[in-house]
Amino acid sequence: MTQKTPKKRHAKGVDTSRYGYYFIAPFFIVYLVFQAYPLLNTVYLAFQRYMITGTNKVVGPTFYGLKNFQNVLTKGSTIAAFQNTIIMWVINFIPQILLALLLAKWFTDTRLKIRGQGAIKVMVYMPNIITAASISVLFYSLFAYPQGPVNSLLAQVGVIDKATYLNTGTAATVAIPFLEKGWHTRLIIAFINFWMWYGNTMIVLVAGMLGISPNLFEAAEVDGATPNQIFTKITMPLLKPIMLYTLVTSLIGGMQMYDIPQMMQQQGSPAKDMTMTVTMYIMELVYTGTKDYGRGAAVSVLLFLFTGVLSIILFFIMSDRDEARARKAQRKARKGAKA
Amino acid sequence: MSKRTEPKSYSKALAAEKTVIYIVCIALCVLSIFPFAVMFVNATRDNYSIQQGMSLIPGDMLLTNWQTLNERQNFDILQGMWNSMFIATCSTVLALYFSTLAAYGLVVYRFKGRQLAFTFIMVVLMIPTQVSAVGFFTFMYKLNLVNTFIPLIIPAIASPSLVFFMRQYMIAGLPLEIVEAARIDGSSEFATYNTICLPLMKPALATQAIFCFVGSWNRLFEPTMLINSQDKYTMPMLVSLLKSDRFRTDYGTVYLALALTVLPLFIVYFALSKYIIAGVALGGVKE
Repeated sequence: MTQKTPKKRHAKGVDTSRYGYYFIAPFFIVYLVFQAYPLLNTVYLAFQRYMITGTNKVVGPTFYGLKNFQNVLTKGSTIAAFQNTIIMWVINFIPQILLALLLAKWFTDTRLKIRGQGAIKVMVYMPNIITAASISVLFYSLFAYPQGPVNSLLAQVGVIDKATYLNTGTAATVAIPFLEKGWHTRLIIAFINFWMWYGNTMIVLVAGMLGISPNLFEAAEVDGATPNQIFTKITMPLLKPIMLYTLVTSLIGGMQMYDIPQMMQQQGSPAKDMTMTVTMYIMELVYTGTKDYGRGAAVSVLLFLFTGVLSIILFFIMSDRDEARARKAQRKARKGAKA
Repeated sequence: MSKRTEPKSYSKALAAEKTVIYIVCIALCVLSIFPFAVMFVNATRDNYSIQQGMSLIPGDMLLTNWQTLNERQNFDILQGMWNSMFIATCSTVLALYFSTLAAYGLVVYRFKGRQLAFTFIMVVLMIPTQVSAVGFFTFMYKLNLVNTFIPLIIPAIASPSLVFFMRQYMIAGLPLEIVEAARIDGSSEFATYNTICLPLMKPALATQAIFCFVGSWNRLFEPTMLINSQDKYTMPMLVSLLKSDRFRTDYGTVYLALALTVLPLFIVYFALSKYIIAGVALGGVKE
């Protein structure tokens, strides 16, 4: 061993370290060309007047200052799109994290010993892997008006008048036009998001809880802590990094929400104003009628800044509290030692 | 404490709690499967009976619906599947190979800027991809790559999250002594990666391959932006056609088409669910 060491160092130091650069090169080259440059290009375009009109006339790109930002913030649907996205994300995330926590608490409780956990996980995670577009069109069809399955179920159950409903001529008078009402559509979209993601969140939280040292639980039990105390005083604080991870990834994903609300949109439905998300609006700006890349880029930059600032704030809130608590505990310990 | 003083009421309360939990869990399982059950059943019914009410008893119109679907022009489900399959396979292979390569470079070699490179990857992991879509599109337009599969495949080479995963896995599962031994035996650096590292990473690669593939297969935003001729439509893009008016009159066909888009994923999922669930759990504890 001792004889080998100089040789090894020699081989490593002289010959091979440059391979590190070769091996990471493909990643970095492709990243710079296909992701970093497009991002910078987006920022650049946000300050340009650049569009292709309906008659295929190219305007620009010429420098436009902050006018794109001024334009998208005062006209159009930018603010509404941000509001819609945030509202739909929040009403999906709160029940999602609560249900996931509850299930994770049940599944990791050694007192309960819930059986069939594997099968339950497989079932509740399943919607997550199915194409969001297919799921959305499925729900879109289920909530169809007037004679979709949900409406006919409501008639079967008696929520809406069955006789009137079954008559093709009068069905429309009692059936509910779910996808033409803003809040109905918002709730359906939030529900699909919730339904697709709570299983994922639950599995992540269970893994996090199982990662906590069993010694801590045993010690708490010996000290006479109730299961609820153990959950709030040990599990929850130690789960914080994973909760933060869940929150931030869900936020970043949620702010980019596109597939589900896009597919839920009914042509000419008045619900559109209440369900158009930021990415849908970007797509509309650069894809329909006059293709306005400048304004589309400006909205993208706003979305980027918004997500970035929010993630950073979340990091600080979560970690600062932790540190403050640690400092407090330290001070206490020092005081105790003095006394 | 209560265990000793009141064993009976304690175990009774526990049994009641467990009953509630099992009922909730079963209800959630039903909730997961129910919309799909309705979809599969309605795929076998005609428009008239679908409008008459919800039912979980299959009808006998599957063949008729299939014929109607096939007669409709512009709904070439096989072409869509092939396109999606091609894009997803290529991007999965590229993403796995090159991201693992980058992770290998970061783990095995001590070079200047190694830490910086890793920090960079960690930071870009947090950048949402769709915010750069406008710049990406105009760039591809300039390169004349709009309406080709290239912009949907090549960027997969740089998958920051995959590099991160493979690096974590490698630190635990790739003993550097093996790399060293191969080097002494005269294996070239590149050959060591291909013949020693990749086989050792197989379990991790398999799990990540599923997520890569499904992720690529399910994507809608980027293809919608880049592809405009219908013979190049991917599966999710094809699904969006089902909303159009010509399908309004025949829901049985819509459900059949949806069922066909979902079925491959169902098969893959239930065959590999063990690995998928394990992979999801692994994703969460990475921090």
